[in-house]
Amino acid sequence: MISLANPSRFLSLVDRVVPWLSALVAILLGIGLYMSLFVAPPDYQQGETVKIMFVHVPAAWLGMFGYTLIAIAALGTLIWRHPLADVAAKTAAPIGATFTFIALVTGSLWGKPMWGTYWVWDARLTSMLILLLLYLGLIALWQAIDEPGRAGRAAAILGLVGAINIPIIKFSVDWWNTLHQPASVFRMGGSTIDPSLLTPLFVMAAGFTALFVLLHLIAMRAEILRRRVHALQQTQVERAALAEA
Amino acid sequence: MRTALALLARDVKLAWREGGAVGVALGFYLIVVVITPLGLGPDLNLLGRIAPGILWVGLLLAALLSAGRIFENDYEDGTLDVLATGPLPLSVVAGIKCLAHWLSTCIPLVLLAPVLGLLLNLPMGTFPSLGLAMLAGTPAVSFVAGIGASLTLGLRRSGLLLALLVIPLYVPILIFGVSAITPYVSGPNSIWPPFLILCALSLASVVLAPLAAAAALRSALR
Amino acid sequence: MQLPFKVSLSAHDIACERGGRTLFQGLSFTLAPGEALLVSGPNGAGKTSLLRQLAGLLPLAAGRLSVTGTDEDLPVAELCHAIGHLNATKTALTVRENLAFWADFLGEGHGDLESALAAFGLTPLSAFPAGLLSAGQRRKLALSRLYAAPRPIWLLDEPSVSLDAHAVTRLDGAIRDHLKSGGIAVVATHVPLKTKFDHELALGSGRAA
Repeated sequence: MISLANPSRFLSLVDRVVPWLSALVAILLGIGLYMSLFVAPPDYQQGETVKIMFVHVPAAWLGMFGYTLIAIAALGTLIWRHPLADVAAKTAAPIGATFTFIALVTGSLWGKPMWGTYWVWDARLTSMLILLLLYLGLIALWQAIDEPGRAGRAAAILGLVGAINIPIIKFSVDWWNTLHQPASVFRMGGSTIDPSLLTPLFVMAAGFTALFVLLHLIAMRAEILRRRVHALQQTQVERAALAEA
Repeated sequence: MRTALALLARDVKLAWREGGAVGVALGFYLIVVVITPLGLGPDLNLLGRIAPGILWVGLLLAALLSAGRIFENDYEDGTLDVLATGPLPLSVVAGIKCLAHWLSTCIPLVLLAPVLGLLLNLPMGTFPSLGLAMLAGTPAVSFVAGIGASLTLGLRRSGLLLALLVIPLYVPILIFGVSAITPYVSGPNSIWPPFLILCALSLASVVLAPLAAAAALRSALR
Repeated sequence: MQLPFKVSLSAHDIACERGGRTLFQGLSFTLAPGEALLVSGPNGAGKTSLLRQLAGLLPLAAGRLSVTGTDEDLPVAELCHAIGHLNATKTALTVRENLAFWADFLGEGHGDLESALAAFGLTPLSAFPAGLLSAGQRRKLALSRLYAAPRPIWLLDEPSVSLDAHAVTRLDGAIRDHLKSGGIAVVATHVPLKTKFDHELALGSGRAA
C-alpha cells in the first residue's frame, strides 16, 4: 500500500495493468454473455426476459461495491491520510452511480412485461434509487468545492455518514414496503435461483467487477494527470506574476 | 443586439461551468419526486393521479432554489455595477439574466420531468401535454423568480425569504399548469384554456418582471 | 466614440446622503478634456459615494451633473469606466473570456481585446481561468477593462490596491495616455500616484480646490 502511495509509481502500475485487465474483462464478459443468452434456460413463467437478471443483479452488486469502496477510501483520507484515497473516492462515485443507474433501468425494463408499468416502488428498487441519490450527493459535493483538499475531506465525511446510514435506510424502506401490501408479490430473481442460472450469473458478476476495476484505474490515472496539469498551470501563473515585478 | 447576446451567452456559460449548479437542481427535482411515495405509500394508482401536481411542485421548488443565483454572483463581485453602466437598460439586463436562468435551469428540469413522471406512474399519453404545459409555464417561473432574486439581493436567509415571496406569485402557474396536463374532474374539459392562460402568464411575466426587477436592482445598488 | 475625446464633465452643487447623514453638499467642479481630478479624504468621507454618483449608481441628493462635447445623447453612466473596490471578474471564465465579454458588452463591438490583454501584461495568462490568478493579477484584469472599450471618463476608486510597483507605473502610464487623448480621470486614492492632477477635491473638509 505504501509503495502505491507514490502517484508516479501508481501511474506506471496502471499503465502496465490496463492491457491485461482489458483482456480479462473482454473474456469474462464474452463467456458470461454467451452463457446467459444461449446456455441458461428460459424461465417457465417469464420466458427470455428473465435473462435481464444477468445484467441487473451484477450491476446492483457493483453499485453496492462502489459505495463500500468509497467508504473505505473515506477512512483512508480521514484516518490514514493516504494521498491517493481521495482520488479513489472521487473517481469511484460516477462509476458506482452508473452501475446503480444501469441496475435501475434494467430492473424497470424487466418489470414492464410483468407489472405493466415501468416502475413500482418495491423495497429493493426504492433502496437502490436512494443509493443513487447518495451517489449524486457525493458527486455534487465534489463539484461544488473548488479546493481539492477540502473537497476530499468533505466528501469523505459524507461518504462515511452515508455508509453508516445505508443499513438504516434499507431497514426502513423494507418496513415501509410491508406497510403497504402490494396487490401481488413479485420477487425479482426469486428467493431461490436455479443452479443452472448461477454459473452465468457469477461469470457476469466477475466480468462486471473486473470492468469496474478497469474503469476505476483509468479514471484514477486521468484524475492524477488532471491535478498535475492544474499544478503546472498554477506554477505558470505564479512565474508570470514574478516576471512582472 | 450583440451586447444582449454577449450577456446571454456569458450567463449560460457561467451557469454550466459553475460547479454543477444545474446538476444540483436536477438532483433536487429527483429527490423531491423520490420522497413523495416514501411519505405517501407506493400505491401506483394514487401516485398516477397526483403525479401532475407533484411534478409541478417539484419543478417550482427546484427552480426557486437555484433562483438566488440569477443576480447574486454578479452583485457580490461587482459585475452588476459595471453592467449598469453598459448600453443596455437595467431592465433588459435583468430580463436577459432571467432568460439565461430559463435556458440553463428550467429547460433541463422540463426535460427530466417525463422521466420522473415514469416513476410516478403518470400515463405516458399525457407526456406531450406535460412537456407543452411546462414549456409554456416555465418562462413565468424564471422571470417571477427574478423579481424575488432582485428583491433579496445580499440579504440574510435570502433563499428561504425568496421562496416565501415568490411562491404566492406562483400559485396561478401551478393551478393552470396542473390543469393543462390532466383536466380535473370538475373543471374544464379540455386542456387548452389552461394552456393558453399559462402562455399569457408567461408573456406577461417576460414583459413586466424585468421592470420590477430593475427597480429592485437599482435600489440595491445604491 | 472617436478619439481624441472632447467630453467635459461638470458637477453643479451636488450633495450626497447615506444612512441619513449628509456626506457632502454644495460640491462643484468642471473637468475639461485632458484634466484629472484627485479625490482625497479620510475613510468614510464619501470618496466612493462620489464616484458612484458620477457613475450613475447612487442618485444625487441635490444638484446635477452635465456633460458637453458629445453628439450622442448618452447618460453620464454610459460615458464612464467605473473601477471600484471589487474587480468584477468571473473566476470560472478565462482571462481572455472575461475581457472579450467586456469588449463586446461595453464596447458594442468596437472594443479592442488584444490591446486590453497587453495593457497590463496579461497576454501570457490569457488562456488561464481567472480563478487561478493572484490578487494583484486580478486587479490588473479589472484595470484592463479600461482598454476593452473606449470611454472618455475614467472613475478609479483606489485603483492601485494589490498592485506591485511595476504595475503602478503601468497604471500611471495608462492614465497619462488617456488624458493625452482628451479623456478625463477622477481618481480616489490614498497611494500617491505619479499622475499630475489638475484639481484636488479634499472631502471631509467640504471644500474643493
